[in-house]
Amino acid sequence: MSAFLQANLPFILAGISVGGQYALIAIGYTMVYGILRLINFAHGDVFMVAGLVMVYTTAALPIYISIPIVLVATVLLGLLIERVAYKPLRSAPRMSVMISAIGVSYLLQNCALYFTGGLPQVYPEIPFLSRSVTIFGATTKMVTVITPILTIILVVLLVLLINHTKIGMAMRAVSKDFETSQLMGVRINSVISVTFAIGCFLAAVGSLLYFTNYTSVIPTSGAMPGLKAFVAAVFGGIGSIPGAVIGAFIIGICENIIKGVGWTTFSDAFTFVLLIVILLVKPTGIFGEKATDKV
Amino acid sequence: MAKSVLRLEDVTMQFGGVIAVDNLSMEIFEGEIVALIGPNGAGKTTAFNAVTGVYEPTNGAVYFHDKLLVTNYPRGKMKKLYAGENRGKYTKAVAHTPDYITKLGIARTFQNIRLFKSMTVFDNVLTAMHLRKTAGLFSAIFRANRKEEQKMRADADELLRIVDLYDVRDELATSLPYGKQRKLEIARALATKPTLLLLDEPAAGMNPQETEELTEFIRWIREKFDLTIFLIEHHMNLVMDISDRIYVIDFGKLIAQGVPAEIQQNQKVIDAYLGVEEDE
Amino acid sequence: MEKRLQPRQEKRSVLPAILIICAVLLVTVLLDNILPANTFTLMLIPVLRKGAIYSLVCVSMNLLNGFTGLFSLGQAGFMLIGAYAYSIFSIPADQHAAVYQYFEGGAVRFSIPEMLSGVLGPNLGSFLGAIICIIIAGLVAAVFAALIGIPVLRLKSDYLAIATLGFAEIMRAVFQWNGLGRITNGSNLLRKYTAFTDINLRLGSLNIKLATFFPFLIAILSITFIVLLINSTYGRAFKAIRDDEVAAEAMGINLFRHKMYAFIVSSFFAGVGGALLAMFQTTVQAAAFKTAMTYEILLMVVIGGIGSISGSCIAAFLYIACSEWWLRFLDGGKLFGMSVPFFRDGFRKVVFSVIIMIIVLFFRKGIMGDRELSFRRKPRQSKGKEADANG
Repeated sequence: MSAFLQANLPFILAGISVGGQYALIAIGYTMVYGILRLINFAHGDVFMVAGLVMVYTTAALPIYISIPIVLVATVLLGLLIERVAYKPLRSAPRMSVMISAIGVSYLLQNCALYFTGGLPQVYPEIPFLSRSVTIFGATTKMVTVITPILTIILVVLLVLLINHTKIGMAMRAVSKDFETSQLMGVRINSVISVTFAIGCFLAAVGSLLYFTNYTSVIPTSGAMPGLKAFVAAVFGGIGSIPGAVIGAFIIGICENIIKGVGWTTFSDAFTFVLLIVILLVKPTGIFGEKATDKV
Repeated sequence: MAKSVLRLEDVTMQFGGVIAVDNLSMEIFEGEIVALIGPNGAGKTTAFNAVTGVYEPTNGAVYFHDKLLVTNYPRGKMKKLYAGENRGKYTKAVAHTPDYITKLGIARTFQNIRLFKSMTVFDNVLTAMHLRKTAGLFSAIFRANRKEEQKMRADADELLRIVDLYDVRDELATSLPYGKQRKLEIARALATKPTLLLLDEPAAGMNPQETEELTEFIRWIREKFDLTIFLIEHHMNLVMDISDRIYVIDFGKLIAQGVPAEIQQNQKVIDAYLGVEEDE
Repeated sequence: MEKRLQPRQEKRSVLPAILIICAVLLVTVLLDNILPANTFTLMLIPVLRKGAIYSLVCVSMNLLNGFTGLFSLGQAGFMLIGAYAYSIFSIPADQHAAVYQYFEGGAVRFSIPEMLSGVLGPNLGSFLGAIICIIIAGLVAAVFAALIGIPVLRLKSDYLAIATLGFAEIMRAVFQWNGLGRITNGSNLLRKYTAFTDINLRLGSLNIKLATFFPFLIAILSITFIVLLINSTYGRAFKAIRDDEVAAEAMGINLFRHKMYAFIVSSFFAGVGGALLAMFQTTVQAAAFKTAMTYEILLMVVIGGIGSISGSCIAAFLYIACSEWWLRFLDGGKLFGMSVPFFRDGFRKVVFSVIIMIIVLFFRKGIMGDRELSFRRKPRQSKGKEADANG
């Protein structure tokens, strides 16, 4: 056992780190799904855009100014997408909204392709995060240690927000019953905007951590982490924040152990096998609530 | 002695800790029109759903033409939770999907109309005939079932003529006035060639005149199609006028049964509907 | 009330449909033969070919998403399976060593078109061989669909979407896995298989270029099959499931079995489409069958109108023509000889995706809605019901 740990420690550490990054993305998926019942296919691409914004701002500005700009720009992008692509379809069938989300994803990727000219953009080094550290005899970047800690802090703050503030109460109400809470005077549009803002903020934080490990950003960089984060959200029970976080850590760790064993080809596929298995065994995920249709 | 068409024995439906239908036993004989009434939330539709395979009863059995249709006993999570009666009386579990039960000859309508929205009146009826087809996928694709298809179409036209919807045959089902949509739903159920027809609040949302027409209509299709009819209804005029016998449930429990005149006099029923002044 | 006594005739005239099909085929053949090879035809012919292939793929997706109401995103996965199945069985024997150079020449050592060529002569043999391989491609995809369908089709709308999408991603990984390299050639290209790049059928003085004729022929046959299915009693059952699952089940329609039929047929033709695409590209690589491909097909279906076969076909041709031809000038940097500042590589795709978003947001019914190109009158549409028409 300890030999296994010793051999796989770098992968487990990397897994925890990636898991935290997935968790930050997954929260955006799970919150939006909880409220709008929409798989926001564009969320992974918002994450990618956050990476690109960082690349372009650091080219002109120092890091400590760039980071706030990235966070704000990503939130604004999320709000804009919600306004333009989802709000007009509020009363439309769910399939239409999902298709609109796919359209936005396509648009963001193509815009990124246009701006980058198809060339990978080198991600700037964030001095503090890129520093090397040694834990338990394994050398790794600082970001590996920071990610899980930061993730947990942010999740705790988010849970506090949801459970103890007025807007949090409104969010819970809306996710329980969209129409009734509308009738009860909850301002649905502001709740949705806040949800998107939080989701995108966390995705932006996630992108800062994620791309530090990957050195470059390409237009499709967001697609795979996005899908995996979504799987994490489903795994944990979509709509549940702790579920998404736990799901993300499990996926991140498993994926890296699989890479460590030498099955890199299947590290992505594994996530989807896990998805299909969980959908069959417990379609509502680990913490999901059962919804019944009335006949 | 009339033949039994549908028999419920100790049917209990429990959701979590809530018992929606509690130990309900009843029997319907061939050619009868039987009504199931009760205040809102008494468990009437749940009882329907337990018969038509939408839900599995938690305990009890349902017989159709004296053959076992559905039975169950508290198992899995319900083993501990079960709070109803007759635990241990049933030891088998038999369940079917709704489509299989329809094939056996039980057709139903819905409380909130559920027509096929994108289809015409004609296609709604024609689609309901799909279950009696004999053609396989490939013979249907390559039109080897031409005779059968023509017969289905002719039958659908015939049925629409019988129920007097032929003049709106090519209109979109959802564009019909409300009363006609209800009628179409019944016609669609008839197209599955049932021997037992379950009507879930057929007169809901109808005005007195429409209700009266519906009463006549139900009586008439019973004769025309040799049906046995089991219905849930709130319009007391319709129920008292049409039913041969009535079962009354409240909080899932059977509180009375009998011919309409008896039910009208029954103190328990009056209490259930009007509420009792309880001594604090 | 006056009533007609005769049942109305439902005779759908088959003749116009057959005439249209023949006309399309004839026009393709003629275009290919008459037009001189210049820059115009150099763009036109490939666009037509690819358009025909994507028409089929779109129609097969529409069968699921538009007609049965199953939101499936596994299209690229089934196309991948079809493309591989086709290529593997049609690589000539003497090319195996070259293609499977890292896998000792591979495990499949025969080529169906080649074997038939030995019997029937090179042209007819490879023609029939290719058809057999295409059927195999469809069948393999259908078998996979049947296996994956058993668990997945029990899931509800968006869970089904994500599960099928996951399945496609798994397929992409499996086909790139070196462990299966002797069959799939791992992450390397498959090539040299029958693609009709220079094989022609001679009918008297007419020289039919199979490269163009073949995809049209297969696509038309396949789409006809799907149309026949949709207009059969089974197609009505599919639409019933789309409109209201609960009611459909109460009307005696076995949900699982009918969803399975739709899923298998759709996947079969996705596999066929994948095989045609493999022929068009002359090389196949699993890495190319990304989720983005499914999204693209879905967008075509939406542009054409969810629930319209003719819409899907029109949209496929328009989409391919726009993205590969008409909007090319946006990438070139010049408009009418003048250079325009924003026009550079990738601008075409930006403009294109903006157009798509506009269609998705403001013209939600697409080009055709759920209607078809038809000579018959359609039933009256109800007012104000469009919002929940696809619910």
